[in-house]
Amino acid sequence: MAEHAHDPHAAHGHIAPISMYLGVFAILMVGTAITVGIAYIDLGFMNTAMALAIAVTKATFVVLYFMHVRWASRLTWVVIAASIFWLLLMFFIGMTDYMSRDWMGVPGR
Amino acid sequence: MHAEHSTHGHDHAHNPNLQHHFMDMPHQQEASTLGMWIFLVTEVMFFGGMFLAYIVYRTWYYQGFAEASHHIDLFWGGFNTVVLICSSLTMALAVRAAQLSNRRGQIINLILTIVLGAVFLGVKGIEYAAKFRDNVVPGRNFEWHGTDAVGAQIFYSLYFMLTGLHAIHMIIGIGLMLVILWMAWRGRFDASYYGPVEISGLYWHFVDIVWIFLFPLLYLIGRHAPLTF
Repeated sequence: MAEHAHDPHAAHGHIAPISMYLGVFAILMVGTAITVGIAYIDLGFMNTAMALAIAVTKATFVVLYFMHVRWASRLTWVVIAASIFWLLLMFFIGMTDYMSRDWMGVPGR
Repeated sequence: MHAEHSTHGHDHAHNPNLQHHFMDMPHQQEASTLGMWIFLVTEVMFFGGMFLAYIVYRTWYYQGFAEASHHIDLFWGGFNTVVLICSSLTMALAVRAAQLSNRRGQIINLILTIVLGAVFLGVKGIEYAAKFRDNVVPGRNFEWHGTDAVGAQIFYSLYFMLTGLHAIHMIIGIGLMLVILWMAWRGRFDASYYGPVEISGLYWHFVDIVWIFLFPLLYLIGRHAPLTF
């Protein structure tokens, strides 16, 4: 937070060069093209895994650079990490229920 | 850290945009950004519930999901993905222009963002019209010629809920950008005060991220295996 000290008038966000924004834009476009391309190749269960891996990568670039989280405070990082944690927890516990319902031969699925 | 500011930071006039309950502009900016992120966390959980529903039903009705996904026009989905990525770029450049006190840059980039958002919604309208034309809208008139009509109908229910909720967010986002454009037009933002542009941008990028996941999950299921029906 030392960079806050010199001028209390400015809001002090990080000002990134336009080239950085264009670079992230290019990554997002290439990522979209790859997503469509690999969808037509049979990779078995890896099709979905790859599509999600690319989507997560694209989202990470948007969050870090377009949303300036790379330069955000540690508190913002904690809030975002908590969000991802709870989302995955919901998916994980939700799916442990739905996927295991017929394992024990108990009716009611 | 804030105590430091109060000892040496007050020898000049306050920024008129500084609310009285904040120490200084960085403090205010930090608080508004954090507040927006907490709102976005609630949005993540809001969309998350529907994504969980998607995961459950896709696991149970994969065949129907793959058949229905094949029926969706990939061209418009890809086109809209590109449109949204472009709009995220112009949004980010609008925030940058505000950071540099560049009024013209803000106005141009905000207008581009709004236009791209409107193009996205227009394409969504074309896509929805095709669904009604082909009788694949869930309900009494749903028609399916594949092998898993139940699964396909569930897919289309989730398709309309997910893309509909996303489209509502786009409409709200465009409304938000019109307000920001109006404020930018009046020269309200500069290097010392651009919080509203920044946090509206966070919202816009969030809606883009939702689409980044929706695109492969809705348009690209099992595209590698042509279905025979």
